[in-house]
Amino acid sequence: MGLTNNSTGIGALEKELKIERMTDDDKVIAIAGNPNVGKSTIFNSLTGLNQHTGNWPGKTVTNAQGKYKFKDRNFILVDIPGTYSLMANSVEEEVARDFICFGNPDATIVVADATLLERNLNLVLQTMEITSNIIVCVNLMDEARRKKIHIDLELLSELLGVPVIGTSARSGKGLDDLMQAVYDVTAKKIVPEPVKIEYDGVIEEAIAVLEPEVKKHLNENLNSRWVALKLLDSDESYFYPWKNI
Amino acid sequence: MNLNILSNDEFLSKFEEAKGILEENGITRDILRDKIVSCIYKIAEKSAKQVVSIENKKYNETDRKIDRILTSKIYGIPVMIALLGVVFWITITGANYPSELIATGLFWIEDRLTDLFNLLEAPKWLHGVMVTGIYRTLAWVVSVMLPPMAIFFPLFTLLEDLGYLPRVAFNLDNFFKKACCHGKQALTMCMGFGCNAAGVIGCRIIDSPRERMIAILTNNFVPCNGRFPTLIAIITMFFAGIVAGPFKSLISALILVAFIVFGVVMTLLVSKILSKTILRGLPSSFTLELPPYRKPQIGRIIVRSIFDRTLFVLGRAVCIAAPAGLIIWVLANVQVNGLNLLTHFANFLDPFAYLIGMDGIILMAFILGFPANEIVIPIIIMSYLSTGSLIEFENLSQLYEVLVSNGWTWLTAVCVMLFTLLHFPCGTTCWTIRKETQSWKWTVLSFLIPTVTGIICCFIVANTARLLGLA
Amino acid sequence: MPLNYLPLGKKGRVKKLVSDGIVRRRMLDLGLIDGTEVEAIQKSPSGDPVAYFIRGAVIALRSEEASKIIVEPS
Repeated sequence: MGLTNNSTGIGALEKELKIERMTDDDKVIAIAGNPNVGKSTIFNSLTGLNQHTGNWPGKTVTNAQGKYKFKDRNFILVDIPGTYSLMANSVEEEVARDFICFGNPDATIVVADATLLERNLNLVLQTMEITSNIIVCVNLMDEARRKKIHIDLELLSELLGVPVIGTSARSGKGLDDLMQAVYDVTAKKIVPEPVKIEYDGVIEEAIAVLEPEVKKHLNENLNSRWVALKLLDSDESYFYPWKNI
Repeated sequence: MNLNILSNDEFLSKFEEAKGILEENGITRDILRDKIVSCIYKIAEKSAKQVVSIENKKYNETDRKIDRILTSKIYGIPVMIALLGVVFWITITGANYPSELIATGLFWIEDRLTDLFNLLEAPKWLHGVMVTGIYRTLAWVVSVMLPPMAIFFPLFTLLEDLGYLPRVAFNLDNFFKKACCHGKQALTMCMGFGCNAAGVIGCRIIDSPRERMIAILTNNFVPCNGRFPTLIAIITMFFAGIVAGPFKSLISALILVAFIVFGVVMTLLVSKILSKTILRGLPSSFTLELPPYRKPQIGRIIVRSIFDRTLFVLGRAVCIAAPAGLIIWVLANVQVNGLNLLTHFANFLDPFAYLIGMDGIILMAFILGFPANEIVIPIIIMSYLSTGSLIEFENLSQLYEVLVSNGWTWLTAVCVMLFTLLHFPCGTTCWTIRKETQSWKWTVLSFLIPTVTGIICCFIVANTARLLGLA
Repeated sequence: MPLNYLPLGKKGRVKKLVSDGIVRRRMLDLGLIDGTEVEAIQKSPSGDPVAYFIRGAVIALRSEEASKIIVEPS
């Protein structure tokens, strides 16, 4: 639940944490995931004490950021709220979605629980619709092993079309691979090609009408197909951020 | 992206066309959402089936067995109370030793500071303001507050990491449902036992704004670490003495538990009243995940909690306790008409304080203790003995003598305990509430609700007892 | 049969959701779509809420929410 972590940190009440790249080469990485998947363990392991907590601008939602260096590059890791989905059903989900969508991260890590893969894939797939620069981190591999659950990570990577890294963050296993994958994706050495999610014929028809129009107005980082779908499914919370761009 | 797409005609016509396609086929917004989610979940299901192989279908059996005990009808609530009791016990007894150590260290520094002031031949008032005023209050708050916080929060985090906390919400949800609020309020309430300010921030885990507001406004109804020592000291001095021997600590513990239960009942009652009046509404949807039990990372918890908490508490002490120290010193040392300001203030409060079973000095101590509840008892002692600076007694029976010779009866003790439980949140908590609610109105309400409740309770108790001739 | 009538230890498959708005969306996010298998596994001490096994996760629902999920017992 992240209860104690969020409410007793040093900067729990500081406001408006902004992202500051030191140089243009610094890469901003969003780290998403369901609650209880060990997202903060990964965040803490990667950034150590080199982190700040505060609030998302204008929201009472905790925002944590940290830095780490891998090879020749600095990475700014942004811990976005743990949510089950990105449908903006709560303030947390709205913050999470808005950051992945409008915060322009160079890559997004989605942390999934190896023992609850099916439910976690929901968030992975939703994130893949928004952005293609995505790395899936299947955490708690040690728990899964203990429960005798086997996961074919290679096959998963093939099915999803994005890099999949297995980790056991508590013992630090797999974190180097994760950092390497993040490095490769941001350096464009690996170009993830997420599978396209096909909807019902009618919905596809509607998307086909709207998408080309959306594409005209959109910058390259956003997936026009997803934006078209969201506009059709829109609520006010979604229309709002568009006005700021 | 250069928009307003929303006022772009070409875009809008396409948008209407696309919407039209959906509508023709009977796909409303709800149905569209259903279809989107179903489709994504079906892909998740299919992929998971392909990549996951489970050797032992009963892999969750251990968790279920633990749940059958920890959330059972018979053991669920007793186990929970016992665990909470153990956490309090470890916190309170475990904090004594480091508290003393820190106090010894900090007061040693105070003596060195005094030496330094003497060496520099600084004026007496400057030494008073800086050392016996500001520094001593600061040292006090740090030594009393830091150890319990540094013990309570790691323990609490431990319970969270184990996966136990969601079970607490699960066990208690029905009570909170009846008060029209959210089961997770049980957790923010438990957190309030450690620190109300932390409890208030913890209310972020509650999604519905209405229920979150109720949780924030009622968080102060449970005593925090700063108020526990006051309650325990008074119980020990005035009530546990009735029985001698081995039952003494048991009786103290029972009375303390009774007070905590009373605080919880008040939380539920006030929550209920709030949700029937100014925060009217139906309970929002309740979904609570009970995650698998997991081995916690003890080392990490301890390091992080202590590191974070130390800075948090020190920061707070500097910002709030230091100016309070200054004010208290000035009040205690500036004379008007032959009496210091403190006495004038206490005399002014006296008639009202009598109505609620206390005296002017006690009420004044509560008011001056606004920055940090830890200093309420020290201010009371300072005023009774007119020492001009905060002091504490090593020995409770000596303190008992001082209190009794200043007119304390069992009724005073009860009223002080009630008021300790039910009064305005401390300065940090108020400030936190202001930050979390972004509103002065709610902050003022969170100040008034417990205070008024406390005044009413004390008034009823004091005057009933007096009418019946019990005190 | 509404989900809150499903006896402990019994399984059912979701037939439909009768809620709307935010409640419905929350249920969908948990993966409660047509055909999803649900098992009632544990009651809280006072009998409500009840914990259900949904797609590998244990989720507690109050009777108010559970009554809006229609299941086919299996």
